[in-house]
Amino acid sequence: MTDTAQAGGATAAGTEGATTTREPQPAQPPGSNGSNGPNGEVLLDVVDLVKHFPVKSSGLIRRTIGQVQAVDGVSFQVNRGSSLGLVGESGCGKSTTGRLITKLHEPTSGQMVFDGKDLAPLSGKQMLPFRRDVQIIFQDPYASLNPRHTVGTIVGTPLKVHGVVKRDKVIPRVQELLEFVGLNPEHYNRYPNEFSGGQRQRIGIARALALQPKLMVADEPVSALDVSIQAQVINLMQDLQKEFGIAFLFIAHDLAIVRHFCPEVAVMYLGKIVEIGPRDVIYKQPHHPYTQALLSAVPEVGQATVGGRRERIRLEGDVPSPVNPPSGCRFRTRCWKAQNICAEQEPPLYRIAPGHQAACHFAAPLGEERTVPLSAERQQAAV
Amino acid sequence: MSTVAQSADATAPAPARQSDGEPFLVVDELTVKFPTFDGVVNAVSELSYNVQLGKTLGIVGESGSGKSVSSMAVMGLHDSRTARISGSIRVGGTEVVGLDEPKMRKLRGNEVAMIFQDALTALHPFYKVGHQIGEAYSAHHNRASGDQVHKKAVEMLDRVGIPQPDRRIDDYPHQFSGGMRQRVMIAMALSNDPQLLIADEPTTALDVTVQAQILDLLQELQRDFGSAVIIITHDLGVIAEMADDVLVMYGGRGVEFGSVKQILSQPLMPYTWGLLASVPELDSDPTQRLLPIPGTPPSLLSPPSGCPFHPRCRYRDHVPGDLCVRELPEFVAPPGHPDHLKRCHIKDPEAVLSDNPLATGAQP
Amino acid sequence: MFGYLVRRLIGAALVVVVTSMLVFVLFFAGPSEPARSLCSTARCTPATLAGINHSLGYDQPVTTQYLVWAKGVVAGRTVSFGPNVDYNCPAPCLGISFQQRLSVFDILKQRLPATLSIAVGGAIIYLVVGVSLGVLAARRRGTMTDRSLVGSSLIISSIPYYLLALLAYLYLVSSWGLFPNTGYTSPFSSPVGWISGMLLPWLVLGLASSTTYARFSRGSMVESLSEDYVRTAKAKGLPERRVMRHALRAAIVPVVTIFGLDVAYLLAGTVFTERIFGIQGIGLTGLFAIQQEDLPIIQATVLFGAVLVVVANVVVDVVYSIIDPRVRLS
Repeated sequence: MTDTAQAGGATAAGTEGATTTREPQPAQPPGSNGSNGPNGEVLLDVVDLVKHFPVKSSGLIRRTIGQVQAVDGVSFQVNRGSSLGLVGESGCGKSTTGRLITKLHEPTSGQMVFDGKDLAPLSGKQMLPFRRDVQIIFQDPYASLNPRHTVGTIVGTPLKVHGVVKRDKVIPRVQELLEFVGLNPEHYNRYPNEFSGGQRQRIGIARALALQPKLMVADEPVSALDVSIQAQVINLMQDLQKEFGIAFLFIAHDLAIVRHFCPEVAVMYLGKIVEIGPRDVIYKQPHHPYTQALLSAVPEVGQATVGGRRERIRLEGDVPSPVNPPSGCRFRTRCWKAQNICAEQEPPLYRIAPGHQAACHFAAPLGEERTVPLSAERQQAAV
Repeated sequence: MSTVAQSADATAPAPARQSDGEPFLVVDELTVKFPTFDGVVNAVSELSYNVQLGKTLGIVGESGSGKSVSSMAVMGLHDSRTARISGSIRVGGTEVVGLDEPKMRKLRGNEVAMIFQDALTALHPFYKVGHQIGEAYSAHHNRASGDQVHKKAVEMLDRVGIPQPDRRIDDYPHQFSGGMRQRVMIAMALSNDPQLLIADEPTTALDVTVQAQILDLLQELQRDFGSAVIIITHDLGVIAEMADDVLVMYGGRGVEFGSVKQILSQPLMPYTWGLLASVPELDSDPTQRLLPIPGTPPSLLSPPSGCPFHPRCRYRDHVPGDLCVRELPEFVAPPGHPDHLKRCHIKDPEAVLSDNPLATGAQP
Repeated sequence: MFGYLVRRLIGAALVVVVTSMLVFVLFFAGPSEPARSLCSTARCTPATLAGINHSLGYDQPVTTQYLVWAKGVVAGRTVSFGPNVDYNCPAPCLGISFQQRLSVFDILKQRLPATLSIAVGGAIIYLVVGVSLGVLAARRRGTMTDRSLVGSSLIISSIPYYLLALLAYLYLVSSWGLFPNTGYTSPFSSPVGWISGMLLPWLVLGLASSTTYARFSRGSMVESLSEDYVRTAKAKGLPERRVMRHALRAAIVPVVTIFGLDVAYLLAGTVFTERIFGIQGIGLTGLFAIQQEDLPIIQATVLFGAVLVVVANVVVDVVYSIIDPRVRLS
């Protein structure tokens, strides 16, 4: 009685354990572009991306009475083979951003230059070659796999649709992929309900991996999983990244996991990026009050050894409605630093250090106060 | 330190036996089984713990660990037709196991109240929040007039920090934000000043900044009401901030128990080690790989023999022979660790740890 | 909420108009030759036939015919069956019956109370009985009560309705004479007569359909009993009865939906009921009209059925928004 005795889980569970110690496979990896693309080369360049969803009135004639400004002018870059983390609370637009990049939503405006080509204006047909290169992993491993299809069909369909391999080579290829994500390749004819949550997420990853994408959008890939399983999936994604040079846009609300996975992090609030920069800067020296508040709200295990709860920045109230965001800086209604200028002028992303930007008139490390708004200070400096 | 730590006895008494006045909640050898077509689901097996007034017990575990099932048993919420419950649960001296429904109903929501994970599904979508809170109050105050009930509902909404409570009382749950809904849930649970509050994943569905608000509120309310609190969560960070004592559950059993400091900084049991090593921290080294627990949680239909964790345990070779496979370890305190219970055959956990530096995310 | 209702009503009106067109085209293109039923077989020459067709406007294109018909509905018209055979058909004019030479609207108006009596009475019985049994079975899920309720409901619903009604008539009325005065009396002239006359049709129609509703509301209730908010209600210490009310409030929503969809089936039921119990309702009128090729009446009864289904769906939507505040307030 040493196995876990779960339906279909016994063999796969063993493989799951093995994943963590598996040596990188020297044999032909699914993605052959792993070696090119030195770090620093931009794969995806998003400029001023906007997505507004119309809000209809409830009257007799359903006029459009407003816009949900889900994503409102977001710019960032993802380097080849690297990871950018998008963090923020529900409704900040991080998931919408991910769906825009995979063209599950059509952007209202803005550019998404992928490998030198702007994807934003492309129609469904024109997108086809790029759909191979950009894949998405969804949050809910239970809802995102069709329960009536076998794992072989789920993982094999993209191969057939894009004609990646010959028809008779689909099954061997699927088995190769399953083995790669730490599942038993013999299980290709089983159905999703025969797998545990962590194993289903591996199936989702295998499906995304099938087309050897250059970019994977991972939308809360582990938040539906048990704690002990989360680490298995995170490690798997890191292995894939290392071996095939896949870039990740990693969307999550869990700040610690984003920090663990992504060397670059962008913090979103109400449809805007409020701070973006290298992981060490964002987590150790955040300049935007929202980032500071967010980080300080995370409960930490280390707290137990100190005893008692630490002082934290407490944000009052809730996130305002994205239909009617506050004027000027969107965070000002909950910000302890807010002054008149914050309501009048929307703060641009000020450059704090190379690669580090914060959208706050009074951006400063925690504990330091700034009396003059950054714009005024910089003007003075220029004079 | 709500339970065992109170006792000066260094040789680790079972947590359920307490000499100096019984704690408010005593769970003793609780077993919950659900007979199904596929066999008997052993959801909770011989679980013992207790909580004193004014103290918070954190129960940690993953899905299927039995953490929610055991607290539902404390509330008497299991259907007697589908659940087989044995052992003892004493709430304020009253034996709950086998208690008849009218008496149980008097206890429920009155002396013991519960808040659930997702307030959106836990509140009835078709009733106004004022009605739902008022109902909780009037269920235990038969003689309260409609006016009194209304006033109580407004007072409770105000108490949990909902602005304009006299107006919001006529709103429906879907008109509140997630955090505000959870406040409504708390208001409802506290409307009869319960002495024991069970919070089942109270902040899991919430954003971090809102989670911080709700945790603050819970702590403040506990200070004011002086009640005993059980907080059930999978988030060790929440445990660190809220709990006095921690019970780690796995496969329906308690596997480690101690003060929050003992559990989080000196854990003595491989499953707890695994939990701590598999979550990254805000200050851990991001270049270090996470150390997951291999495999999947055990089946409750046919639990593993011996130690429930042995199929996933990396440290089995520290135990001679096949003891882990054959024999269920007892839930006792090892020498030198009074009041810190563990269910593990490893004799010298500290030595094992020093061989395998366990700093979060460390390589094995 | 108001805007929603108005939008819904406009939609319903459109559906009725489109249905009337479809019904019209259907009968226009259909195999029947209405003029022949007006043309007495003995003296029917092709010339008379053409004359009748002409005076009825059946030689016009279908659009013209429809417009004339539609104008009659709004403003009334004069229907001519031949030279000097003119009938005045006032405002909601649905035509003149070929056989009875009366305004179809008046005929239907006269028959409506009987049909409505059957339908409404039967529906009340099957809703009340069906939902109550369903709730009972859900509460006792897995027990003997549950199994015998589900089992007997399956047996009853496997018997075709007309057979059930026929058996009820043969035994209860003909053989045993338990319901001697079955038939329609106006409730305004004799309430007691109305009830005693309609009781058997109500019971037969109501109990036969209640089995479907019992099984359906059982399923809905079982689901709602496992909802988190029902657990919350229990956790508050509410008495069993109140907990059930919480569950039922949610469980009733799908039942209401089914009821709306079911109105067409209910009408079919009333046709059988009228036929078997000899009640002069719209269904029976329609049946006779088909035998006699009385086209205007057939058309009007079909349209009546369509209107009733549409109205029922609007009512269901309104009931929805009363039950579920999320519909009302968004």
